[in-house]
Amino acid sequence: MSRLVVASIGPASSVQDGGRHGTQRYGLTPSGAMDRLALAAANTLVGNEAFAAAVEIGPFGAAFTARDGAVRVAIAGAPRNADVAGKPVAMDTSVTLQDGETLTLGFARGGAFSYLAIESGIRGEAVFGSLAVNARAGLGSPYPRPLQAGDEFSVDAASGAPDLRIELPKPATGPIRVVLGPQDDEFDDANKALFLESEWKISATSDRMGYRLEGPPIKHMHGHNIVSDGTVNGSIQVPGNGAPIALMMDRGTSGGYPKIATVITADVGRLAQTSAGTAFRFEAVSMAEAQDEARKFAQLIRSLPDRLRPLDSTALNIEALSDANVAGYAVSAMDAGTWQVTAEP
Amino acid sequence: MAATLPPLRLLASGDSAVTVEFSRTIDDEANQRVLALDKALAAAGIDGITEAVPTYRSLLVHYDPNQIGFDALGEKLLALAGEPLPPATRARRWRIPVAYGGEHGIDLEDVAKALNTTPDDIVARHTGGDYRVAMIGFTPGWSYLSGLDPSLHMSRRQSPRLLTPAGTISIGGVQAGIQCLAAPSGWHLLGRTPVRTYQLHRNPTFLTEPGDRVTFFAIDHKTFEEQDRAAEAGEIVAEQVVA
Repeated sequence: MSRLVVASIGPASSVQDGGRHGTQRYGLTPSGAMDRLALAAANTLVGNEAFAAAVEIGPFGAAFTARDGAVRVAIAGAPRNADVAGKPVAMDTSVTLQDGETLTLGFARGGAFSYLAIESGIRGEAVFGSLAVNARAGLGSPYPRPLQAGDEFSVDAASGAPDLRIELPKPATGPIRVVLGPQDDEFDDANKALFLESEWKISATSDRMGYRLEGPPIKHMHGHNIVSDGTVNGSIQVPGNGAPIALMMDRGTSGGYPKIATVITADVGRLAQTSAGTAFRFEAVSMAEAQDEARKFAQLIRSLPDRLRPLDSTALNIEALSDANVAGYAVSAMDAGTWQVTAEP
Repeated sequence: MAATLPPLRLLASGDSAVTVEFSRTIDDEANQRVLALDKALAAAGIDGITEAVPTYRSLLVHYDPNQIGFDALGEKLLALAGEPLPPATRARRWRIPVAYGGEHGIDLEDVAKALNTTPDDIVARHTGGDYRVAMIGFTPGWSYLSGLDPSLHMSRRQSPRLLTPAGTISIGGVQAGIQCLAAPSGWHLLGRTPVRTYQLHRNPTFLTEPGDRVTFFAIDHKTFEEQDRAAEAGEIVAEQVVA
C-alpha cells in the first residue's frame, strides 16, 4: 500500500464522484462532480470507472505527495500549471509520482474545478452508493468535509502502466443552452427575452450549491413565491430580487422560486467551469435538441477509453511550457465561502 | 379526476426530468394524487426512470434520456396519473415527542400573543392535529406536514432567521414542519424534538416517508435531554403506531 498525502489544498476542494441517487425524496441532494466530463477524463486516464470518486480541486492551488511507494494519478478539468519537482505536467495526462515526489498544482487559469484521479481509486464507505462529499449534510467519505492539508488516501502502489494523455474535443464556446421551464409561464415575453438576450456574469459569491448570475433584474408576473417543487442540476430560479441563481450539485432538493429555464445536461459542466466575471449568454433550445445533446454527451463519456494516447514527451513539454507562460492571476474571493478565480485586468 | 383540481400539466425540467403538476397551490387532494402517482410509478417499473421526488403539488420525475424520451415518458405519466385514486391504505403513523416553549420554542409566547391565547392553548392545538408528511425537502429529513389546525395558520416571519436548531418543530403559513438539521428558517419555532428524521449511521437513515401520518405529544425539557442523548446514540425515540 502507498499513501497519497494532501500537502496543501485550497477551500472548495472535496472528494466527488458521479453523485448519489434515490435520496432526493428525503431531501438529500445528489452532490457529485461539478464537471462530469473532466471527472470521467481523469478517471479514464488511470483506468478507473468514469464516475469513480476523485479529488475535486477548487480554484486555488494544491499539492499531493506520494508516500510509502509510487502513486499514479491523473489531472483534468480547469487548466493549471502543474509540475513534479520542477518538471511540468500537462493537463489531461496521467503521471506517476515516485515515493516522496510531490505534484504541485497552481491556481485554475479559467474555469474553477480540476480533478485528480488516483489509480485504483479512492477507498471509503459509500453512503447511498456514493463517496461524494456533501459538507452541509456532513456526509461523504473518506472525509465528510472539504479536504485539508494532512488528509491522506490509502492507495495501491502504482501499477507501472505507462502514463497517458487523453484527447478531448475542443471545449465548446457558444452560449450555455437551456430548455425553458418549468415555470417560464411566470414571466412575460419581455422578461423571457431579457433573460435570453442579456449578457450574464457569475458572481464571486457562488459555490457548489448555486451560481448567482449578475445581469439585469428579471421580473415575475405574479410575484416570486410559488409552492415549493423539485429542482434539478441546472435549474435557474429567479428569487424576489430578480437576480437568477443556477442551482448546482449541492442544491436544495426543492425550492420556492419560479424557475425560468433549465441548463441542458450537456452544458451543466460548462456552466460550472465558467469563471466569475466572464460574460456569457443563454440560448433556448428545443427539448428534442437538448435530449439529442444529452445522448451525444453520454456517448462522449463512453468514448473516453478510445481517446487515450501514448504520452508524447515532446508535445507534452511544449504544451506545459506554453501553459507556464500564462501568469498574473488573482483571486477575487472576499470570504471563505467564495471561490471563483478571475484573471487580473 | 376530481373537478376541484386544474388540468394536469407536464412541465419540462430540462432534458432529464419532468414535473407532473397537479395544482399550483397547496392542496390536500393534489398532494394525495402526487403520492398516489409516486407509488404507481414505482410499481410500473418504467425503464429509464432514475428517481421520483414528491412535493406538495407535483411529482418531479428524473429520467435518462438515453433510455426514454420526453414524449414517450409523458404519455405514460399522464396515463398513470389519470387512474382513479386507489383506496386509502393504512399509512405508518409516528408519534413525535416535542419539548415546547422556552429555549426550545422561542416563538411560542409570541404566537400565543398574536392569536390572543395562551402558550398552553397553542400546544393543545398543535398536539391536537393529525398530520400527513406532504413532502420532504430543502435539507435532509425536513418533513413538511399538511393538516395544521386552521386557527394556527399565520404568515411567516418578516425576516427569516439565518440559523434555527436541529430538531425544530415549527409552523409557517398553512404548514407545519419537522426540521432535522440546523438550517435557516422563516417559520415560527414552537419547540424541539429529540427525534432525528435523518441520521447517517442509523438503520433506517431516514425515518419519515412522504405519506406517513404524524401526531405530536408534549414532553418536559428534562425528558427532552434524556431522549436527545438516546437519539444521538442511534435510538429512534419516536413511537411508531401500528394501525
